[in-house]
Amino acid sequence: MYVAVKGGERAIRKAHALLARTRRGDPQVPEIGIDQIREQLALAVDRVMAEGSLYDPDLAALALKQARGDAIEAIFLLRALRTTLPRFGASVPVDTGAMRVRRRVSATFKDIPGGQILGPTFDYTHRLLDPALATRAASTAPAKTPATKPATTAPKASDVQIAPDTAPSRVTDLLGAEGLMEASPPDTGAEPPDLTREPLSFPADRATRLQNLARGDEGFLLALGYSTQRGYARTHPFVGEIRMGAVKVELFAEEVGFAIPLGEVTLTECQMVNQFHGTDEAPPQFTRGYGLVFGQSERKAMSMALVDRALRWEELGEEKSAPAQDAEFVLSHSDNVQATGFVEHLKLPHYVDFQAELDLVRRLRAEHAERPGGPAQSGDEEELAP
Amino acid sequence: MAREPQPSGRQAMMAVLAQASQTELEGVVERFAPLPAMEHLRPPEIGLCMLRGRIGGEGAPFNLGEATVTRAAVRLNSHVGVSYLLGRAPERARAAALIDALWQDEAARPAVEQALVAIKARIDMRHHEEKAATDATRVEFFTLVRGEDT
Repeated sequence: MYVAVKGGERAIRKAHALLARTRRGDPQVPEIGIDQIREQLALAVDRVMAEGSLYDPDLAALALKQARGDAIEAIFLLRALRTTLPRFGASVPVDTGAMRVRRRVSATFKDIPGGQILGPTFDYTHRLLDPALATRAASTAPAKTPATKPATTAPKASDVQIAPDTAPSRVTDLLGAEGLMEASPPDTGAEPPDLTREPLSFPADRATRLQNLARGDEGFLLALGYSTQRGYARTHPFVGEIRMGAVKVELFAEEVGFAIPLGEVTLTECQMVNQFHGTDEAPPQFTRGYGLVFGQSERKAMSMALVDRALRWEELGEEKSAPAQDAEFVLSHSDNVQATGFVEHLKLPHYVDFQAELDLVRRLRAEHAERPGGPAQSGDEEELAP
Repeated sequence: MAREPQPSGRQAMMAVLAQASQTELEGVVERFAPLPAMEHLRPPEIGLCMLRGRIGGEGAPFNLGEATVTRAAVRLNSHVGVSYLLGRAPERARAAALIDALWQDEAARPAVEQALVAIKARIDMRHHEEKAATDATRVEFFTLVRGEDT
């Protein structure tokens, strides 16, 4: 028998009020604006968008603020919000080949058409803390951002040289032209499966796996990718190309009968070039792993490409020997909202469950004590009770 | 902006609207004040668009993740203006739908396109500046000649 107990409401209310005060921190320190988070903690915002699987920098910044900087909590907030919104449709697949690149590097060819463009990168920094950045926010209200100023001062169209479409060609296309690189699976016109509509099931095709990895936890994918490099399903990876920049998004709208341009999103793409020995029928060809992530996140895009390639073991006739190849293991544990939900639910009241366990252990111990030759018991069951 | 047949001309115009700020869009609408009576066929509505990528960049599509989108539709005289924009921006969507309706009116179209020239120029300028800053980080490899051959 158990007795249901109520009475947590007041404590919960007070805890949430305390959370709000704690979130604010020292009131002498100016409150942070979501514009500041969006502009100055942009990579945290990008991570929340990627794993929250919702592209909206302002909402991701708000979520980070509300979550006190806890990325997974912020991701959870975005995932919760998206369930409240209707879906208008699916975009025309984005063309990363036409990306307005802000960074583009290849580790396979030094001289690639379009060149190696470093962009805003931490690479080659010395990883020394910069005291010049250790400033305090001014206590006055921040100046209005100039981004919203009217365009009356904008130059005339004739003054502006419209840059030609100079998106650099893909490194994988250069290899593909020589037949050295396997082709991507062709677009058959079939609708790709959608994990937000159909729950994950196995075997999972590559489109499903990529959707899962694109929203998967960066740390989990990083560790799995790393494990393949250390020999747990080695794939001999080279970074064929990483590119980051703005791509156009278009949505086909029935009411107008054509694809409407919606604007641009920032994406990071990684084309991993991997070794393959060929078969009797097929001459040797490089294989590939693919990563595509919201925002600027090379670590995630690279990890995704490594894991994507490892998961292709069966299709490529490789031996399954490591966790990164196990689709059921990888895809079932990559989602940090699911993972944190199940891990963290352990802290919620399990009083009844535990009471049952407690009774069982006590009964077993009593039976054990009554067995002939069993150890003498002296009422030490009490030690189990809190 | 060239006079192109629909939908490409309309698409190009919408591409500018998609990247214009609220102030810019409202500035365009103001040029046509006072506007005739309009019917809000679809008040601004916030929803989602599933963004798709392609396996390997050019192969079969897959679902990458969603983005917030705001859409609106208005009827102005006999023209139905429609807008779909990334983000949550009801005011921008309303103004963009209105501009789309105005653009479809042959008589108003030149004035709409004229009004968008400055916005297009501002966007192009921003892209140009971004490209210049990015291009400055392009690696210029050079080789060193070692001394022992001389």
